[in-house]
Amino acid sequence: MTEFLQHIIDMVILGSTYALLGIGLTLIFGIMNVVNFAHGELYSFGAYIVYLVAVLLGLNFFLALIVAVVAGFILGALIEFVLLRPMRGADIDTTMLIMIGAMIVMQNGEQFVWGGVAKSVPTPFPELPLVIGPFSVSWLRLFVLCAASVLIALSYYLINRTKLGKAMRATFQDQDTASLMGVNIQFIYMATFAMGSSLAAAAGALLGPVYVISPQMGNLASLKAFAIVILGGLGSIGGATIGGFVLAFAEELGAGYISSGYRDAMGFLLIIAVLLFKPTGLLARSERIG
Amino acid sequence: MSRGRALFYGGVTAAVLSTIVSGNAFAQTIKIGVNEPLTGPFAASGTYVVNGAKIAADEINAKGGLLGKKVELVIEDNKSNPTEAAAVAEKLITEDKVPVMMGAWGSSLTLAVMPKLMQYKVPMVVETSSSSKITTSGNPYIFRISPPSSVEADAFRSIAPKIGIKKADFLVINNDWGRGSADDFGKVMKSMGIQVGLVEIMDQAAQDMTAQLAKIKATDSDTIMVTTAVEQLTLVLKQAAALGITKKIVTTGGSQNPDQLIAQAGAAANGSMHLTTFAPWYPDKTPDPKATEYFLSEWKKHGFSFAGATESFRGYDGIRTIAHAIQGAGKAEPDAITQALWKTDFTGLNGPIKFQKQGPAGRESGQSIPNLYLIKIEGGKVVLAES
Repeated sequence: MTEFLQHIIDMVILGSTYALLGIGLTLIFGIMNVVNFAHGELYSFGAYIVYLVAVLLGLNFFLALIVAVVAGFILGALIEFVLLRPMRGADIDTTMLIMIGAMIVMQNGEQFVWGGVAKSVPTPFPELPLVIGPFSVSWLRLFVLCAASVLIALSYYLINRTKLGKAMRATFQDQDTASLMGVNIQFIYMATFAMGSSLAAAAGALLGPVYVISPQMGNLASLKAFAIVILGGLGSIGGATIGGFVLAFAEELGAGYISSGYRDAMGFLLIIAVLLFKPTGLLARSERIG
Repeated sequence: MSRGRALFYGGVTAAVLSTIVSGNAFAQTIKIGVNEPLTGPFAASGTYVVNGAKIAADEINAKGGLLGKKVELVIEDNKSNPTEAAAVAEKLITEDKVPVMMGAWGSSLTLAVMPKLMQYKVPMVVETSSSSKITTSGNPYIFRISPPSSVEADAFRSIAPKIGIKKADFLVINNDWGRGSADDFGKVMKSMGIQVGLVEIMDQAAQDMTAQLAKIKATDSDTIMVTTAVEQLTLVLKQAAALGITKKIVTTGGSQNPDQLIAQAGAAANGSMHLTTFAPWYPDKTPDPKATEYFLSEWKKHGFSFAGATESFRGYDGIRTIAHAIQGAGKAEPDAITQALWKTDFTGLNGPIKFQKQGPAGRESGQSIPNLYLIKIEGGKVVLAES
């Protein structure tokens, strides 16, 4: 029982960061109809920014996290402006190829700048874990859980309660009508891509110090983000959140009780099952895009 | 002479000329292929090995090279990926025409390269890999200077009672190296009356091992035997500490770089024990203290971090082994070097390098048996526990 609860604690923490990754990706897909293969690279970008600010420049760890989120936002806006804006109206395959290209360039660029050897970031949190009875959790992971939860809540608020969010949802439903109603579509696209990117960068910035930072770290993140989005239903933020936790649940308990060798396979088996029985994902809208 | 014939002869002449010219260009140096992971999960280790190899090449060239020629390392990145490792080996042999290679760090990487050695009949000095399969599968072009996990496990026989293990769980990387180690150490432990509990596996790219560790935490074992490279090991130590695991942690495989662990895992590394094949912290205790001092001073002069020395010595010894063989062969040709490797006999940084025959008769691979040390990290310092 103790072991089970320890698995559950770890699952909740892992799930929160998975959700963060998934929301960013699903937002970009839902609103812009762009399959963002560079999502994982924005994740590693965020992690490297934390390394740059906190380790190389020696500044405050929390400041580094904020810088990473802002830098992710700016990089996302730039990618949208330079790569995606000229291709507006192009079909989904074309933009997908562009994003695959961007991914390769970014990953190799990281390798060039930072080298292939993994980096680790020291944090101001105590090394000894928080121990409650038979359970223990590292302070850093607890902080990650809190920060991720705040970011998820903020995204919800932004999409559902603000004017910008309303404009985003309107664009999602019908781009032409939204445009006729005075919504600046160009701006919405840029804001969406920048926001999705900054969420990925935030996930990387939070998880980089938990693990180690390497140019390839984005590959697994990308794969998982896609899995989460497909699991939750394309374009659904609630779905991505739940999808994140479900994937973490499958991995953690699959590794804990079935076989640790197939840890990553567990999540994907689950996805196959979801696709077989509920092809639009757990929480998809009826009009699935793509 | 008809126009067609003139063209034909012209072409032949050009081809012959270019062969001579390029042949001459090649003859200026003796090329040694180096096939290591410089990116991917094993990047740190591969880079250390390559740095050690460069020190050896510089040392040899400073002393006038080999057979009157300079040594040139042709270094290729196998991206920690077996498919790439095989492709890189093919490229080194067919394009760069190297007569001998060193590689390929990991067991799965080396195993992927081995069929290429058979195909092109080019020898390879294996500097790091420890899967027993490598020297027992009947590949006569393999010469290994690192200990296979079975040798490591045997050496562990005398060390285990001093650590006081009653029951051990395993946490190993999901490849030939990790699974091989779990088998070999498991066998030795069982024969000593030590109970073997769980054998947990982690994917080579996995960053989160909390599920496996939570499972191990709940067992009644007193020790966790971990086999993986330094990057993943850092994560294992940190995550084990975060879960409040107090069991003894013993690592195998010799790719732990204790100083990097101390730097990156911090207090989480304290108390962990590591089976390693080189003890640069105590040059006096190594088989050839003078060579160790030289190597360490060169390592420092190049501005490399001390942490890499435990791993990079393999690259240094690997290239020195190859250099001895080329010197002995008297020519830089694959066949002659293969023959000469069998006659290699010198003191490496970790004991005599001399190849014994292993594997099926007639197709034996070479295996050199190095020393083993057990070190312990205490209060952020490396302590020699046992050798």
